[in-house]
Amino acid sequence: MRVAVLKGGRSLERNVSLTSGARVQDALERLGHEVVAIDVGHDLVTRLRETTPDVAFVALHGRDGEDGTVQELLEVLAIPYTGSGVSSCIRCADKVLAKHAFRDAGLPTPDFFAWNEAAFKQLGAADALPAIEERLRFPIVVKPARQGSALGIKFARSAADVPGALVAAFSYDAKVLLERFVDGRELAVSILDGEALPVVEAIPRDEDFYDFEARYEIGRTDFVCPADVGDATERVHDVALRAYELLDCAGFARVDLILDAEGVPQLLEVNTVPGLTETSLLPQAAEAAGISFDELVGRLVELARV
Amino acid sequence: MTSSAMRDLMAITERPEVISLAGGLPDTSTFPPESYAAIMQRVAADSCARALQYGPTEGMQVVKRCIADVMAEEGTTVDVDDVLVTTGGQQVIDLLCKTLIDPGDVIVAEAPTYPGAIPAFNSYEADVVQIEIDDEGMRIDLLEETLERLEREGRRPKFVYTIPSFQNPGGVTMSLPRRRRLVEIAAERELLVLEDNPYGLLRYEGEPLPTLRSLDEAEFVVYLGTFSKILSPGIRLGWAVAPRPVLQKMNVGKQGVDLCSSSMTQLFVAAYFESGRWQDYLDSLVGIYRRRRDTMLAALAECFPPESEWTRPQGGLFLWATLPDYLDTTDLLARALQENVAFVPGRAAFVDGRGASSMRLNFSGVDEDDIREGVRRIGEVVREQVDLYGTLTGRPPTAPVERRAPEEMPANVVRMRRRAG
Repeated sequence: MRVAVLKGGRSLERNVSLTSGARVQDALERLGHEVVAIDVGHDLVTRLRETTPDVAFVALHGRDGEDGTVQELLEVLAIPYTGSGVSSCIRCADKVLAKHAFRDAGLPTPDFFAWNEAAFKQLGAADALPAIEERLRFPIVVKPARQGSALGIKFARSAADVPGALVAAFSYDAKVLLERFVDGRELAVSILDGEALPVVEAIPRDEDFYDFEARYEIGRTDFVCPADVGDATERVHDVALRAYELLDCAGFARVDLILDAEGVPQLLEVNTVPGLTETSLLPQAAEAAGISFDELVGRLVELARV
Repeated sequence: MTSSAMRDLMAITERPEVISLAGGLPDTSTFPPESYAAIMQRVAADSCARALQYGPTEGMQVVKRCIADVMAEEGTTVDVDDVLVTTGGQQVIDLLCKTLIDPGDVIVAEAPTYPGAIPAFNSYEADVVQIEIDDEGMRIDLLEETLERLEREGRRPKFVYTIPSFQNPGGVTMSLPRRRRLVEIAAERELLVLEDNPYGLLRYEGEPLPTLRSLDEAEFVVYLGTFSKILSPGIRLGWAVAPRPVLQKMNVGKQGVDLCSSSMTQLFVAAYFESGRWQDYLDSLVGIYRRRRDTMLAALAECFPPESEWTRPQGGLFLWATLPDYLDTTDLLARALQENVAFVPGRAAFVDGRGASSMRLNFSGVDEDDIREGVRRIGEVVREQVDLYGTLTGRPPTAPVERRAPEEMPANVVRMRRRAG
């Protein structure tokens, strides 16, 4: 088969995407496919029309590649592609939409409020901040609605931190959320074709628990796979799978959640194009389930949506 | 910055549609292509076999004589036998670390310091201690205090790393009294100083100051020079001038790393200097960069909100701007990239997360129109965030008029002049 690997692009996660893409290309070649690598840019449609791939492997992270934009283009061009469809991507990429869906369906997710810049500028939403702070209690996590990785995520420890944290989050997206901080174990559940893979746990090494960037830095966080979550395993898997199904994900996805002190898995977000680098969590989880990287890539191509 | 998030951000500053004020690039488009062709032609005709061959580890004599000429231009005399030709100035940093640093050893550097030195120091697992700078360069009083403290802790630094002239990223220049005192301290304490001087000849105003090396009679200064900023970074040629025992060890280190620097580019430099016009080209660069600096200073005064400050460099390639402390320039860069403009977030110049509200701006790499447009775009996103902060706090943003004491103002390491001119 001729497989176009879409990677790079203009998102802030360009670098990770290039690494994921390169690794996918190698795997596809080993599997005997003809590989066309495309660093996604202005000429994407032209390149796809010229190369007429049988399948597009979407190895883009963040903006464009994970939010339904590229998927929409591929639909128009009638090229089958890996992973989730347009509507699923749109809902997963926007943490606010995803969290509303979880809440409406009765799935546990940390309490939150979300606004766009206009609400603050034109509707005086800032006046409501004290009420929010009282309801969520400190520390509060402030996040851009649509930004993968840890970029723009801040912990506000007191009311004085909130405006700066909001400004930072608005650097990445016009919509931000303030979310209750849930103390607990950070877990990632990777799902392949509707089957949950072994749980990965992220354990930060640093004392400074609030340094969010450090938590995603290799060498500053230990990743344990499979994580021992005891009798919570089934609950964790169940909540992750329900989130995956609720948001109509396909092929694969990674569900991030926190197992709180009461043993409730609280959903944070669903990534429709999780990282596929040497150190990424989904490939590690697959490995732990006895699925090699080549096998994983092969399965995703087979599952590509028409 | 060690953060992978920062690396990811910096990776997209290289997109062609982005006006990048982030790089440290000289403008190589100013070098006449016909000169390049003529020099290469000459290297091919006169020394083809030599150009294609290995050379001595310490570098070719012909290049060392050029190096002596360049250093003489700054009033520093050097014996060519004390010179080690390296693959860019960066290799000097690496070789000195290789020679001196064991994991946990202390290196004293400026705060902020050259962002490209930090990964080199980190790769040898050095413990970097940063000393604040002000308008006169490294605060030597703080250096002495720090050296005392380290001595009490039984930790003797392996060397002090400084960029005395037109500091990267601060844009400030170490004053003559401080230069003298630093060299004295080095001799008193038998402490090596790595003087990184890539920009010394790129002075746009003011009187030239002597290099630390020229003030150093006791031989405790290791000097780092480079052709990158006065000729071309593409030729990857720099040099070290060091006390003999250090130089010998660096030479052994270099044998292990790359045997020798490129013969081809060494002969290119020799032929270029023989043509006798290197000072003319340097003069033309000084003229171009002076105009670009002035353009950037004028654009900053016009486009940045009054709550911001910046240094006014007398030379070099960079200035350092500091925004109100509630803004984070790493996040701001993400916003700026949406407007296709880039800078280096201040955190990249610190080992400990300081510098969050500062940024390094380069004025040598792009032309005056792009400088104006780039600064305008950054100014716009800064204003937008200042306004938003004002909205969120329910009051107009307050200008930080009262300066806090230095130890309380980690972000504002440079005592800045307000506005240009």
